[in-house]
Amino acid sequence: MSVDTKDITGLSRLAKLALLPDELTQVTADLDRIIAMVDALAEVDTDGVAPLAHPLDAVQRMRPDAVTEEVDRDHFQGIAPATQDGLYLVPRVVE
Amino acid sequence: MSERSGWETVIGLEVHVQLATRSKIFSGASTAFGAAPNTQASPVDLALPGTLPVLNEEAVRMAIRFGLATGAEINRESVFDRKNYFYPDLPKGYQISQFSQPIVGKGHLDVQLDDGQTLRVGITRAHLEEDAGKSLHEDYSGMTGIDLNRAGTPLLEVVSEPDLRSSAQAAAYFRQMHALVRYLGICDGNLNEGSMRCDANVSVRPQGTTELGQRTEIKNLNSFRFLQQAIDAEVARQIEVLESGGRIVQETLLYEPELNRTRSMRSKEDSTDYRYFPEPDLLPVVVDDALIEAIRATLPELPHEKRERYQAELGLGAYDAAWLTSEPEVAAYFEAAAENSGEAKLAANWVMGELSGALNKAELDITRSPVSATRLAALIRRIKDGTLSSKTAKQLFEALWQEPAAQDEAAEAAATCIDQRIEALGLKQMSDSGELARMVDEVVAANPAQVEQFRAGKDKVLGFFVGQIMKQTQGKANPQQVNELLRAALSGKPD
Repeated sequence: MSVDTKDITGLSRLAKLALLPDELTQVTADLDRIIAMVDALAEVDTDGVAPLAHPLDAVQRMRPDAVTEEVDRDHFQGIAPATQDGLYLVPRVVE
Repeated sequence: MSERSGWETVIGLEVHVQLATRSKIFSGASTAFGAAPNTQASPVDLALPGTLPVLNEEAVRMAIRFGLATGAEINRESVFDRKNYFYPDLPKGYQISQFSQPIVGKGHLDVQLDDGQTLRVGITRAHLEEDAGKSLHEDYSGMTGIDLNRAGTPLLEVVSEPDLRSSAQAAAYFRQMHALVRYLGICDGNLNEGSMRCDANVSVRPQGTTELGQRTEIKNLNSFRFLQQAIDAEVARQIEVLESGGRIVQETLLYEPELNRTRSMRSKEDSTDYRYFPEPDLLPVVVDDALIEAIRATLPELPHEKRERYQAELGLGAYDAAWLTSEPEVAAYFEAAAENSGEAKLAANWVMGELSGALNKAELDITRSPVSATRLAALIRRIKDGTLSSKTAKQLFEALWQEPAAQDEAAEAAATCIDQRIEALGLKQMSDSGELARMVDEVVAANPAQVEQFRAGKDKVLGFFVGQIMKQTQGKANPQQVNELLRAALSGKPD
């Protein structure tokens, strides 16, 4: 498998990364080599092996449904760049 | 709008059910509605570095409850995945959801349609995920305000098969789903507060063909009426495009009720690629048979089971049975009234008529009805034994409405109360035949002209005489008895 600059342009848009033309060429070349290395894994015979969702051979533990968090809003909002009326303010997002 | 000829509508729904847990799906913050902004947004919900999700056991149980009630496969092992998207209403940059291995697999919901027919709608899957926060676009100095109280509230997303063929069927399915989750106690069903929201996938195809047309998705419909209107508007739009030689583009739409039209939200060009992958912060969820069977044992009688029982055992019609089972509280009230009175049909009429009218007028929930089910039952018994006429029963009902009873008032206390009120208000139906016969004779003697008319074949005049008697007795005479006495007197035969 290989990637070209079109793939990387699409991925960088999804990842909200702005790449300069030079960087785009560089990243494409780098990722192409990385993918070639990972491709070696495809040579392993995985017939009959169930896909693993998590590397640990363990199952999820659960917690009882109880309200255990007291939220100190002022404390958390102390590090926010902008707040108003208890809201976190972010650059305008329009649907 | 009705269907245009030549086209068939195909609809599948995704219903987001907010689960009624106390705390969030991955944090111990409260899920209560209406708190001040961000006072229920904990470090996990805020996606502060170093925090990790811990799964709420109750959300899993509720999902299983839903799966069992819809005859679905419960996956013994399910997996959480990350659904990546950048939006400030979920500050992690992804939503934790389930993708390839949801907890609930294929099931179905039996939906009763307006014509009394039952439609079995396939459920493809139901998976657990976290809700997002709310973005407020009012002007905060050109910025957007974010309230993360709702972020992390557990949702069960229920995806249906494209089995629905009209907007009315879609609305009936949504209603049935609403009733079901309320019976199961897994959602408060409050549509105004967004506790249930629905996305509709809509396409049309030429009648008689089997291939699916290109679909569009209408997002975020939160009422039965808007769902139906939005689908009608979208179907009309698609048919218009196709009939004028155009092509449907896959897109996400919003419904604008004030204009009754759908509008594009985001086009295919920048359609999001969610890049799902297994959530590394959560291990696979494993449920065993013991848990599933324990949950199965606590399932209540479900709405469709109740509906069938009301028809088969209580002799109610399909419409009445559907009406009375739409909400668990209404069904509970009706059952108490029917059982205590021994008159299911009369109880159904009173609950759907007088009681529901009065509750609507006073904007009251049935659980806060001033007339308790046991009192209504006692009133119905007095109608049945002839003590009350339908008219005096209504008078008594109005009087009872003014003096609220405790909802859990015992049957004996309610019966005593009813009899005391009947006595005190002088509502007892007059069935002393001697007294009535005397009145009838008087009325007949006083109105010879009308007697002539009746004898000449004008049967309608009987109503005039009945009216006279009712006036004199203030409506307390037994109408059947009055009729019999009058007919006897007017036809000149001795009683």
